[in-house]
Amino acid sequence: MTAVLSIQDLHVTIGRGARAANVLRGVSLEVQPGEVRGLVGESGAGKSMLGRAVLGLLPADAWIGKGGIAFAGRDFLTLPERERRDLLGRQIALIPQDPMTSLNPVKRVGDQIARVLQRHLALSRRQALQRATELLAEVAIRDPQRVLGLYPYEISGGMRQRVLIAMAFGCDPSLIIADEPTTALDVTVQRQVLQLIERLRERRGAAILFVTHDLGVVAKICRTMTVMHAGRVLEDGETADVLTRPRHAYTRALLAATPRADRPADALRPVPPALIESLWSEAHRLDRLSIVGRT
Amino acid sequence: MSDILLSTGSLTFAYPERASGLFGRPVLREVVKRVDLAVPKGSVLGLVGESGSGKTTLGRLLVRLLRPTSGGIQFDGVEIGGLSEAELRPLRSRIQMIFQDPQSSLNPRLRLGVTLTRPLQIFGRLKGRRDQRDRAASLLDLVGLPTHFVDRYPHELSGGQRQRAGIARALALEPDFIVADEIVSGLDVSTQAHILLLIKELRQRLGVTMVFISHDLSVIRVLCDDVAILQHGEVVEAGPVARIFEHPQHAYTQNLLSSIPLPDVEPGWLDPARDVSIPRNQGSAA
Amino acid sequence: MVDVAASVALQQPSRWAMGFRRGGARLWVGGAIVAVLILVALLAPWIAPHDPIEQDLLSGQLPPAWMHGGDTAYLLGTDSLGRDVLSRLIYAARVAVVVGFVAALLAGAIGITLGLIAGSFGGWIDQATSRLIDVWMAFPPILLSIVLAAVIGAGLTSVILAIVVVDWTRFARIIRAETAVQLQRDYAMAARVIGLNRGQTLRLEILPNLVPLVVTLLAVEMGVAILVEVILSFVGISVAGDTPTWGGMIAEGRQIIYQSPWVMAFAIGCVIVSVVGFNLLGDGLRTALDPVQRR
Repeated sequence: MTAVLSIQDLHVTIGRGARAANVLRGVSLEVQPGEVRGLVGESGAGKSMLGRAVLGLLPADAWIGKGGIAFAGRDFLTLPERERRDLLGRQIALIPQDPMTSLNPVKRVGDQIARVLQRHLALSRRQALQRATELLAEVAIRDPQRVLGLYPYEISGGMRQRVLIAMAFGCDPSLIIADEPTTALDVTVQRQVLQLIERLRERRGAAILFVTHDLGVVAKICRTMTVMHAGRVLEDGETADVLTRPRHAYTRALLAATPRADRPADALRPVPPALIESLWSEAHRLDRLSIVGRT
Repeated sequence: MSDILLSTGSLTFAYPERASGLFGRPVLREVVKRVDLAVPKGSVLGLVGESGSGKTTLGRLLVRLLRPTSGGIQFDGVEIGGLSEAELRPLRSRIQMIFQDPQSSLNPRLRLGVTLTRPLQIFGRLKGRRDQRDRAASLLDLVGLPTHFVDRYPHELSGGQRQRAGIARALALEPDFIVADEIVSGLDVSTQAHILLLIKELRQRLGVTMVFISHDLSVIRVLCDDVAILQHGEVVEAGPVARIFEHPQHAYTQNLLSSIPLPDVEPGWLDPARDVSIPRNQGSAA
Repeated sequence: MVDVAASVALQQPSRWAMGFRRGGARLWVGGAIVAVLILVALLAPWIAPHDPIEQDLLSGQLPPAWMHGGDTAYLLGTDSLGRDVLSRLIYAARVAVVVGFVAALLAGAIGITLGLIAGSFGGWIDQATSRLIDVWMAFPPILLSIVLAAVIGAGLTSVILAIVVVDWTRFARIIRAETAVQLQRDYAMAARVIGLNRGQTLRLEILPNLVPLVVTLLAVEMGVAILVEVILSFVGISVAGDTPTWGGMIAEGRQIIYQSPWVMAFAIGCVIVSVVGFNLLGDGLRTALDPVQRR
């Protein structure tokens, strides 16, 4: 079986010359069809950057130094711009982090969904609006007809996130990048949204790369997970294995540092600063090696 | 009871919401409704709620950044709910607050040395420049920051370091009571754990009484003795942390608790049938 | 009383040096132009080769020295009455500099004070000030200045007054908005919690955040004031008699534009260079004074 997404030894650097900073230092990972893979790390781990690299949305001054991204066996990086754009949205979709800023504030919800469907599925506007209604019903929005006619500011944060999920699943993509889609939500809403993503995935069968900092969320929705730090993959495996028998010291430390509502207070152990330091110095050692290698 | 440091009686806050129509009368919108709390000396009370629950407004009432619409706040036997800004001033040294976002709660154009000692300066507790530097340095030391940070600007610090600085400022006047509003919510797990342990340690060392506001029940469990659950401005359930977390009585508390994704693999958690679910560790309560 | 001296002690001397490096080319070029302008104005009697009002009817309308028929005694030529253009430009700089600085500082003082009051008190005080500003700004500014100057009568004082009366609103409006914004931020809230009263909050916490804005506004306003003075003297209601002004020279040069265009050209050139200089200086200073903006 060909992986939907295959990333090989990806190096991404921001800036050039003396100001260059490596953000990804040789990341490899695969997502199989229908798989939900959690991509876990703290800020600066490079998890969001990886998601953006897959979507071709790297910042202007970032560049890929080495490595490859393949989508369903096709080399994504050498693909002509046109074909790449056709893939994005159609085969690869995004559920963004911030439901507030990810919808255009001056356009009606219905227009925004229909637009995407028209572009990728060659539907008429009528058909697209019809399909948008079905999609909203599918993400458990009551009275979808009415919501289609509303502006983003007229609906709640939870509902906005549902709209974005509906848009992501709209063209039946084979891969969805979910970039911290529930971080801004209340826990009860988060749970409903996770439920929804899970249900849609089962029904429509997309693979999901689920970027999050929350080990709890990973445990609930991802079958496999990848732990990142300083632009490197530290651990990778079945979620059940990684969480119960973490092999890397960093994963163990993260688990111990996560406050838990079901355990008494003294169970909390912060991540030892020495561990973080050693991880960073290892990362910088790799940087120096790669510079030596290049010259 | 005599060892209650802060208590509220039927505390209510409402603001007039502009009515629709030109001649409509403004409607009062109650954000905090008849809240009764009691915080014993030296304890930490957790205030939990989702967005719109009124927890931040309640916190601002307790430090009297807002004036209650009705009801009272008793601090150390004194009614402070109706005091004017001038009457409050002497009490300010005893009641402090730590803000959610240290990026915006630390003045971006002042060095940490100035910001941290500003409270002392206002209350006339500084004896010249040397003293200011020393006091700033010892405050930084107290929260585990290097003392040469006195000359740093807030933007030169990491998120965790900034929050430590925010804590240091709140401690400068050696207050009896601190309200901490979502102070770890923007932080990474590893940084968050360090800050939580710092608060715990400081609390034991300084014996300060706290109200700790958070949307995150897990954080409350680590830090607090008691907890009050807020929903739509009302306290729906309150009590000792261990009891509330082990045996929640109110349906909303149960829903909140069961909605937290724990890092355990638990198949069927997302099953819609379990939506408003039965609390863990217990058969059925509702 | 608050110990302000103590807070100064914590500020390192390197702050200025750092700032100047940040300001970059704009700061240097703008600063140099303004510095030259001020020096020329101060030293006018010593550097001007001729008396600016001394007429030499025999050598009227001489072209600049490097052109055919020029005289090295009159470097930039002479006007229709045979007065040395260079000396007149130099003396006219005095009027420009005095008007620029005095008018801008006075307008700034009034506008900033009212802006701070309106922005920090809110309520009816804010309403009253804002409406006053609105009404004020409804008048076309140049026209208002002309009318004012005409009513008060010609002379340096009335030019300055005309500018101040019109331009204080520029400061008041912007400072009011910015003060209100800063007061909404958590650090202003924190200031209240640690016991600062309104005055102390404004002076110790808010004002340092307004400094870059105020400095920029002042620099730009100096340029504007110079321009207004040029316009007033162009229409002949500025400084009386034969005191040279750039605006007056432009007006005189206009009448002989076909015979000796240089009279007008040099005066316009002076105006453009000084206004650009003040604007560059303002831009540069804003970057230089702001330790935060760089990130």
